[in-house]
Amino acid sequence: MSISVTPSIERSLPRAAIGGLTVAAILFIAFVVLPSVGSDYLFEAILTPFLALALAGVGLNLLTGYAGQVSLGSAAFMAVGAFAAYNFNLRVPELPFLVSIVLAGLTAAGIGLIFGLPSLRLRGFYLAVSTLAAQFFVQWALTKFGWFSNDNPSGIINAPPLKIASVTFDTAVGRYLFSLGIVTVLTFLAWRLTRAQTGRNFIAVRDNQTAARVIGVPVLRTKLLAFAVSSFIIGVAGVLWAFAYLRTVEPAGFNLDRSFQILFIIIIGGLASIRGAFLGAGFIVVFPLLLSRLGGELLGGIVDSGVVEMSQRIVIGALIILFLIAEPKGLAELGRRAARRLGGRPT
Amino acid sequence: MEDVQFFIEVLVGGLLSGVMYSLVAIGFVLIYKTSGVLNFAQGALLLFAALTFVSLHERGVPFWASIGLTLVLLAILGTLIERVVLRPLVNQPPITLFLATLGLSYVIEGGAQLLWGTQVHGLDLGIDDVPFEVGGVLISSFDLFAAATAALMVALITLFFRYTRIGLAFRAVADDPFAALAVGLRLTRIWAIVWTASGVVALVAGLLWGARLGVQFSLSLVVLKALPVLVLGGFDSIAGAIIGGLLVGATEKLAEVYIGPFLGGGIESWFAYVVALAFLLVRPSGLFGQKLVERV
Repeated sequence: MSISVTPSIERSLPRAAIGGLTVAAILFIAFVVLPSVGSDYLFEAILTPFLALALAGVGLNLLTGYAGQVSLGSAAFMAVGAFAAYNFNLRVPELPFLVSIVLAGLTAAGIGLIFGLPSLRLRGFYLAVSTLAAQFFVQWALTKFGWFSNDNPSGIINAPPLKIASVTFDTAVGRYLFSLGIVTVLTFLAWRLTRAQTGRNFIAVRDNQTAARVIGVPVLRTKLLAFAVSSFIIGVAGVLWAFAYLRTVEPAGFNLDRSFQILFIIIIGGLASIRGAFLGAGFIVVFPLLLSRLGGELLGGIVDSGVVEMSQRIVIGALIILFLIAEPKGLAELGRRAARRLGGRPT
Repeated sequence: MEDVQFFIEVLVGGLLSGVMYSLVAIGFVLIYKTSGVLNFAQGALLLFAALTFVSLHERGVPFWASIGLTLVLLAILGTLIERVVLRPLVNQPPITLFLATLGLSYVIEGGAQLLWGTQVHGLDLGIDDVPFEVGGVLISSFDLFAAATAALMVALITLFFRYTRIGLAFRAVADDPFAALAVGLRLTRIWAIVWTASGVVALVAGLLWGARLGVQFSLSLVVLKALPVLVLGGFDSIAGAIIGGLLVGATEKLAEVYIGPFLGGGIESWFAYVVALAFLLVRPSGLFGQKLVERV
């Protein structure tokens, strides 16, 4: 992974301008055009989960893509975020909802910091496996101790409506816009972070820890910071997933499969790329929907649903492998290459 | 005295169930040693092996013929995996390979169940699970059988590594893949063989676990039990897998009995991980894992 630190000015200026314009256009479409033309199905089943997962992807990408620390416990931090937001909202009712979200993110960051401590000693797969401790411990704690779910007998809680000041976002479009706003702000902050000294420290630690230490990067602090920031963002993503998409808060949805899903998102999208998290999330959300619709139409009448489900599993697994073989750098790289070819300018 | 006896009973039970974890972990170690891949599909492989055997056996194929057929299928699968998955991904970072095995586990799980159905199969290996008493401590005879099988398998693997040409080639590749290539070893063939070998380990582990839990989808989840064993013992050490398994099994059972009640039970889902974690903080490459030497 080569990151060009000093692109020549005359070339980077127009490119930055084009990039800015693209982002502005996408934001315009997302904030203005889509809400006026989209259907409720589009918002509820596709766009809102897409936003939550993309945000989680951005968070994990900071940790794994930029700082090089592989985590298999993302879903645990989503769960921490969701449950923290629920409890802040429940126990301190006078808190504005946005403040609850920030506090939930901070809670997730705190827990992330604790489970990030092993990263100071461990590398590679040893670290990856140890993050599974977070996954299993958090899920166990949330199910075991009734306090977290306010002693709800079923463990499934209806999430309270999203609210800013006196405005309630309780329609499909409203929840989408609410998520979009939060995702936009956090993504912008994450993007700024990657361009700042901190982001360069992340990359330095990822590429060569010893060399980073030699040139004066505070390795320990950088790693812990990566865990905290990443967990904060993933925690907020968990709030969106539970409050805006599912509208219930339950530990079961934040299982190991979810953690793997988020890891897939950043691998398929592209490591160390903010754009990649969005591309990957789009793929992960839309693709199974297409597949199940296709599978239903092709095989629905002939074979039972168990077979369809198994075939889907096979196809998804095969596609993951195919993807890794065909484009190990992810969709973001694919996009970059396509743009280069269209632009006809070698970079 | 009662207390001591009870303690020993829990300890022995834990150690013996730890052997079952080691059995799964050994399959991982074989692959990690020779190809540097943390093979998440090992659980799926285990499910595939056990399910294939049981289904063949249920359809009237004699015991040993079923074993033989399953082994043939596993060899084909190992070769296919090398050809289709590993070879195109050569030189990719380890995380990419890990995710590829995750994809692979979906394919194998889906394939096995598509082929043989999703119902639970009982598996009777003809070993009675009658507990017997040694000095006042009850020991399960099935667990002992499992431990003996594991010991036999480890002995065979060790002999194989030490005294056969292929074993020598394995060790060469594990030591230095580039040097191995340079002296003319065929890396691709060795990978295919090693995946087959870990398929064989998966079959043995799958049969023993299957006899315990019934052959069904949840068999593939035993990977999650094997992972803390691996980090504890070191990813690339068979001895580590054994000792790690024993440690995890014993501490897990002891904790379940002596600490569990204070935490409301159900701690076995994460306790092994916490033990492994605490341990890793002292020795970051596990008990017997290769030390990481860093150069700039």
